[in-house]
Amino acid sequence: MSDAAEPPITLYRLQACPFCERVVRKLDEYDLEYHSRFVEPMHSDRNVVKRVSGSRTVPAIVDESTGVTMSESANIVEYLDTTYGGDQ
Amino acid sequence: MDLGFEVVDLPETDHPTEGETAPDFTRPLVTSEDWGDASLSELAAEGPVLLVFHPMDGAFPSTYMWNELRERAFDEHSDIQVIGLSISTPYEHMTFIDDREIEYPLFSDPQNGVAEQYDIVNDLDGMAGLSEPRPAVFVVDSELTIQYAWVASEWPEFPDYDEIANAVDSG
Repeated sequence: MSDAAEPPITLYRLQACPFCERVVRKLDEYDLEYHSRFVEPMHSDRNVVKRVSGSRTVPAIVDESTGVTMSESANIVEYLDTTYGGDQ
Repeated sequence: MDLGFEVVDLPETDHPTEGETAPDFTRPLVTSEDWGDASLSELAAEGPVLLVFHPMDGAFPSTYMWNELRERAFDEHSDIQVIGLSISTPYEHMTFIDDREIEYPLFSDPQNGVAEQYDIVNDLDGMAGLSEPRPAVFVVDSELTIQYAWVASEWPEFPDYDEIANAVDSG
């Protein structure tokens, strides 16, 4: 698939997953564009996420502008705060 | 088909045809693993696309069409990308892809807006609140110029796969 027109951030998410929505709120807060990829609900079938992040958990983000790939919503929120928050 | 009785004729359409530009659209594109928005134009930018409109996942024409498309494996003999589209939801697509061992992504368009753009709506004999695309096949190049178009005029009617093969080879 083409990456040319894609925003640098890809968010691997699961529908109705509160941890994923937490990350979405943070992305929205910083007005960051992102491409959503909704993954298979069955944990054991989430090989796409495993290939990308090394783990089958969501949320996971890939930020091509910094080269960062990360899982766990608390980590991601902290990363977004640090990278895109106003304090820097 | 020669059944000895009349099959359902579908009404005339004003669908886009060879030499015209295929309407671009963005919808969730589903693989066995995930789904997310994608546009026809961004797919076409990577190479020609064989866009296959098919009935709901699980309807027998869809099963027949994808069994044939899987066997033909047009993408193994050319640089064509085979892409499906039906009104089935992403999770239905994932099941269908697994059941039929489809190695191609499928667009999900539950509100049937793409079929409206292409003027290929099948209203399913007026079924309440539900319509879908009639079976249709478009080969488009990287500019979305249509190289080959086929749209069902009867229900059911199946694509001519040899014609598609020719279109894909010469495209």
